[in-house]
Amino acid sequence: MSTLPPYATTGQKIWHYSFRVIVGLVLFFLIAPIVTIIPLSFNAENFFTFTPKMLALDPEGYSLKHYRDFFSNPEWTRPLKNSLIIAPFATIISVSLGTLAAIGLSQSHVPFRRAIMAIMISPMIVPLIISATGMFFFYSQMGLWMEEYLGMSRSVTGYVKVILAHAALGIPFVIITVTATLVGFDESLTRAAANMGATPTVTFFRVQMPLILPGVISGGLFAFITSFDEVVVVLFVGAAAQKTLPWQMFTGLREQISPTILAVATVLVCVSILLLATVEMLRRRSERLRGMSPG
Amino acid sequence: MSEQVLAADGRPLKSSLNRALRRQKMRALMLIAPLLLFIMLTFVIPIGQMLFRSVENQIVGNTIPKTVAALAAWDADQNEAPDETVFQALFYDMFVAAEAKEHTKLGSRLNYEQAGISSLFRKSGRSLSDIGELYQDAFEDLNPAWGDGAFWFDLMNDNGGAIASGLMIQQRDRLKRLTSADISLDVDFALRGDIAQALPLTAQQYASWALYTANVDNDVIAEETPWEAVYAALADDLRDPEAGARLAAYDGPGADSLLAALAIVPDIAAPSYKDAFAEIDSGWLEPRVWQTIQTYSPPFTPGYFLNSIDLEQTPNGIEWRPENQQIYLTLFWRTLVMSLTITGSCILLGYPVAWMLANLPARTANLLMILVLLPFWTSLLVRTSAWKVLLQDQGVINSLLVWIGLVADDNRLSLINNATGTIIAMTHILLPFMILPLYSVLKTIPPSYLRAAKSLGATNWTAFWRVYFPQSIPGIGAGSILCFILSIGYYITPEIVGGTRGVFISNRIAYHISTSLNWGLAAALGAILLAAVLLLYWAYDRIVGIDNVKLGG
Repeated sequence: MSTLPPYATTGQKIWHYSFRVIVGLVLFFLIAPIVTIIPLSFNAENFFTFTPKMLALDPEGYSLKHYRDFFSNPEWTRPLKNSLIIAPFATIISVSLGTLAAIGLSQSHVPFRRAIMAIMISPMIVPLIISATGMFFFYSQMGLWMEEYLGMSRSVTGYVKVILAHAALGIPFVIITVTATLVGFDESLTRAAANMGATPTVTFFRVQMPLILPGVISGGLFAFITSFDEVVVVLFVGAAAQKTLPWQMFTGLREQISPTILAVATVLVCVSILLLATVEMLRRRSERLRGMSPG
Repeated sequence: MSEQVLAADGRPLKSSLNRALRRQKMRALMLIAPLLLFIMLTFVIPIGQMLFRSVENQIVGNTIPKTVAALAAWDADQNEAPDETVFQALFYDMFVAAEAKEHTKLGSRLNYEQAGISSLFRKSGRSLSDIGELYQDAFEDLNPAWGDGAFWFDLMNDNGGAIASGLMIQQRDRLKRLTSADISLDVDFALRGDIAQALPLTAQQYASWALYTANVDNDVIAEETPWEAVYAALADDLRDPEAGARLAAYDGPGADSLLAALAIVPDIAAPSYKDAFAEIDSGWLEPRVWQTIQTYSPPFTPGYFLNSIDLEQTPNGIEWRPENQQIYLTLFWRTLVMSLTITGSCILLGYPVAWMLANLPARTANLLMILVLLPFWTSLLVRTSAWKVLLQDQGVINSLLVWIGLVADDNRLSLINNATGTIIAMTHILLPFMILPLYSVLKTIPPSYLRAAKSLGATNWTAFWRVYFPQSIPGIGAGSILCFILSIGYYITPEIVGGTRGVFISNRIAYHISTSLNWGLAAALGAILLAAVLLLYWAYDRIVGIDNVKLGG
């Protein structure tokens, strides 16, 4: 595929190049929408298309005003703050519970392993709208209960509800990534540690944890992005005080679309590039550590 | 006989091993338990509870229990409105429900089954006190003490004799079911046994009122005038043929006033309950209304599920809903067709890319892989916003087409707010989910197979179609199921770019949850969707194995 043999016929040559063009077009389709919005977000006008000034590369056609709006308008800064409160807490819950359970699942002789796995993966499989509907009813009762018996204020319960819901949604990702890391884990290491007198806790933190850490971190990043990007559940479970960034974008897209949304989108694209790079790095490091790939 | 093998601690090896195995199992379960508990509590139970709503129908029995009981004897096939007993029961049921402002909820519930019932209930709730007032005025004209809360309290309250606690508990439970509030019996009132025997209906209504006043309104029972329904109940009790005998046996407080009241009851000019309801709204005389109430009186109903496939329950059995109300089968069909279209275009676009990636040198493949992974990692809202911006009439794509000259400026393509928009945007969003599993399968097919086929004389096409393609089918299957599962449950993207003709069943569920508030129907639609997804999930597990789900390549 990579090179064309010297004896290729004209037809083969045409096919070879046209195939590359087709693949190129599909890759273009994948990446173009994301790339297009980046220059559009610097538009000096409130338009969603390239102005003649922008096409002429006139500096006057570009401005940072949409970014200024994003970082100063409370309509956007409050949701940003909410997202940055909710996502880390949800991630901590998913990662801590998920890692423990993945370690438990990776042991031999776990009864009902398949059924347990199916339940734990289910938040990823069940359509979000169904999860959101179920949570809508249950969490509103739970919120009332927390206000009444735990004496929490309404805004606290609002956050607790969204955090718990997002933690549940993030768990499958942690389970999957950590289980994948544990597949190559050499059990004799823990036995060796125990043999030399380490308690199970010490063994866990000093032997097992450093080795599975890349999996845990990338699971955590998945859980973080799941919560940070989630809109359906928060729309149903949260109140206006818990409005997150995706929620604000969703409202903007549905009602009155403001060009600031493009600036937000660009910032989020940068965040995802960063996350992608981290996850890829971790994956390679983990494979190298476990000797699964030469690179 | 061979000697039994012992472990170091002197136990038989077999039991020692078993014990170690058991301990290992326990440890594994201990590690899993916290998460399992968490998922159960935050995810599985909420969904189970939601599914329960799709068959639950207790609202009718909770709001108008007496009517439901009285209506059981009514024959729907007679095609005429029920008799006075049913209307009398409805009056008392509705009165309490209207005081608790619960009757409109029942009205909206029944309105899903038959349009118009909602306004019937709303209207009647407002006018019920007028019926009772006729009696109240008559009794007060006779003796002003009847308008006095203390007089009533004296008549009804315990003064050391037997207490009708059964009736109190019954009324407490009824109010609890109606209001879902915490109703306590621990109030400054206990119904006397002898008055409950002399005036059964009045005692019931008074007890109900007293519990409501003390628990919900937080008022002092002895200082308040009872509901008009209590006066109506008094009149009903006194009209009873046996009222004379009962009152003769009664010697508690207010016996004289009751005898005086007994004398004037025949002269009170008040319409029958049936006429009174007909006066409020003639809709109450329509048998269809009562058929609906009767059909939906059991605590569980298949009605929501029938509605979600465009059927309805009628006295004549299950029938199609009226033509203009049939939308759900179309919507399910559209969801299915569009999801298949999206999955199909993902296969068409994803296969060449996956093939290219699998056959390029690792370094180049990794670079190109970034182009696949970046959209995968980019926020869903960002990608949806991008398409909203690009596909608009005045957006980049249309402007580009106009500029090239393919499309006239006044005839721009409508790419958004229709099915086209949904298909384009969702294909883009789900494409990485096709490419990634397909790539991991294609990578395992040795390129030498193709070369071998060609050296045996196969043309390029035959080599691909008969040798390479069959081996890639597991990858296509995995990717397709994944794309299909994800797309039939999609909500955000169709909502934003789909307009009205490009929306899925999910959007309708969301509509019923947040706008029409028909939660039972939303739950039934959700249950059907969930069943479809779980079926596909099971197939996916059989084909690919859920343990083999890979994220990010």
